[in-house]
Amino acid sequence: MDEALLRSLTPGVLAALVRRGADFAAAEDAVQDALVEAVRVWPGERPRDPKGWLITVAWRRFLDATRSDAARRRREDRVEVEPAPGPASATDDTLQLYFLCAHPSLTPSSAVALTLRAVGGLTTRQIAQAYLVPEATMAQRISRAKRTVSGVRLDRAGDVATVLRVLYLVFNEGYSGDVDLAAEAIRLTRQLAAAIDHPEVAGLLALMLLHHARRAARTAPDGSLVPLAEQDRTKWDTRAIAEGVHVLQLALARDRLGEYQAQAAVAALHADALTADETDWVQIVEWYDELVRLTDSPVVRLNRAVAVGEADGPRAGLAALAPLDPALPRHTAVAAYLHERAGDLATAARLYAEAAHRAPNLAERAHLTGRAARLNARRPR
Amino acid sequence: MAKYLLLKHYRGAPASVNDVPMAEWTPEEISAHVRYMNEFAARLEKTGEFVDSQALAPEGTFVRYDGEGRPPVTDGPFAETKDVIAGWMVIDVDSYERAVELAGELSAAPGAGGRPIHEWLELRPFLGAHPTVTE
Repeated sequence: MDEALLRSLTPGVLAALVRRGADFAAAEDAVQDALVEAVRVWPGERPRDPKGWLITVAWRRFLDATRSDAARRRREDRVEVEPAPGPASATDDTLQLYFLCAHPSLTPSSAVALTLRAVGGLTTRQIAQAYLVPEATMAQRISRAKRTVSGVRLDRAGDVATVLRVLYLVFNEGYSGDVDLAAEAIRLTRQLAAAIDHPEVAGLLALMLLHHARRAARTAPDGSLVPLAEQDRTKWDTRAIAEGVHVLQLALARDRLGEYQAQAAVAALHADALTADETDWVQIVEWYDELVRLTDSPVVRLNRAVAVGEADGPRAGLAALAPLDPALPRHTAVAAYLHERAGDLATAARLYAEAAHRAPNLAERAHLTGRAARLNARRPR
Repeated sequence: MAKYLLLKHYRGAPASVNDVPMAEWTPEEISAHVRYMNEFAARLEKTGEFVDSQALAPEGTFVRYDGEGRPPVTDGPFAETKDVIAGWMVIDVDSYERAVELAGELSAAPGAGGRPIHEWLELRPFLGAHPTVTE
């Protein structure tokens, strides 16, 4: 049973049903039924045309559901005269589904859930587990999302930026339960990159690949965080890095820079350094300058201060930090690090403890507490 | 089976025996502590007694309704709050005795010097559903 194949066919099957006149919510239910049926039947004999098979079964399910609903009798008459399903292939349909599932009328959490289900072919249970919410809650979230977009017509190109934001959210959620959301986000972004020629889609794909490549090195066996400078770089996935760099270079050659390409460029420069000391911080600062220009985001300015600290020394980093709002997430942690580099260990230890107090997750809290502890242990009390 | 909440306090519980703030532990002591906590939860999952475990940020906000058509009032965080919840674990066990036993184990997590913290945890039974058979 090739689950990957099944899931890669999902969006095309769904789009085919919608194109034939099924409303989105009913089509989506029918496709889920067809997937379940495929899991049951395919191990015995896999059809020669898997996508055609799924469309046929899903369409039949859709008709059954429509028939059983007396109030929809007239619509049934209409769909009955639709042509019989045949082989289908339409990458454009897939693209329209991405736009629909990331529609601006959806909240981010709804867009994420709908994308994972309708485009990704995950079950509601899997999505619920991945986001640590009860299955009933996730089922409600998805059906509300489907209702929200049910009036949207699949005929106009949407905004790629909204799709990319949704995929980026999925990627950043990481890994919990039996679904690897980072890998799923990469798969969906790869599929999107195949359906549309857009440098920022390529940029996001490169960014994901380059960060995913470091995953094995990012945590110690006990689950604690290993910062970039201390990672065992032999654990980095060189194939993913090579692919990421290749995708990025093709995108950059188009000369239509965007924030994902610039972020990927920073990641590529890190990937390029065999040791932390060989990192080309001067170039990284230049990319952060581009990012500041593109996004004007305070978070980018904060990361830029770290890079400046490496390129021009901790004093310069602290100067770059000075104008930024101390309430920014991770501001205190950055300040602690720059003070540590500058040799002011007492201030650094105090700031690390304060940063730990404000840490947004347990792994970071433990890491920052550990930093404070290391400095406190080194200093005479 | 009965569910119990094990509450861990940042402040408000009686002082632990081994009462050294975490920032003054060595990095090895911190990782030993984290490992102990993870292993404890993993063990309870295996025995079928684990329900949930969450940690909370130290500071929050108080919110209350302020009347029709008005936005809610917020207040805090209050630096002087006496009782601050750090997090919880929910367990589903056969008896009060088992709940006490597990809370005791969790309280033995290692701290400074690798010695148990002897931290006070608050054990609160859930108010369960009304039983079908009452006589």
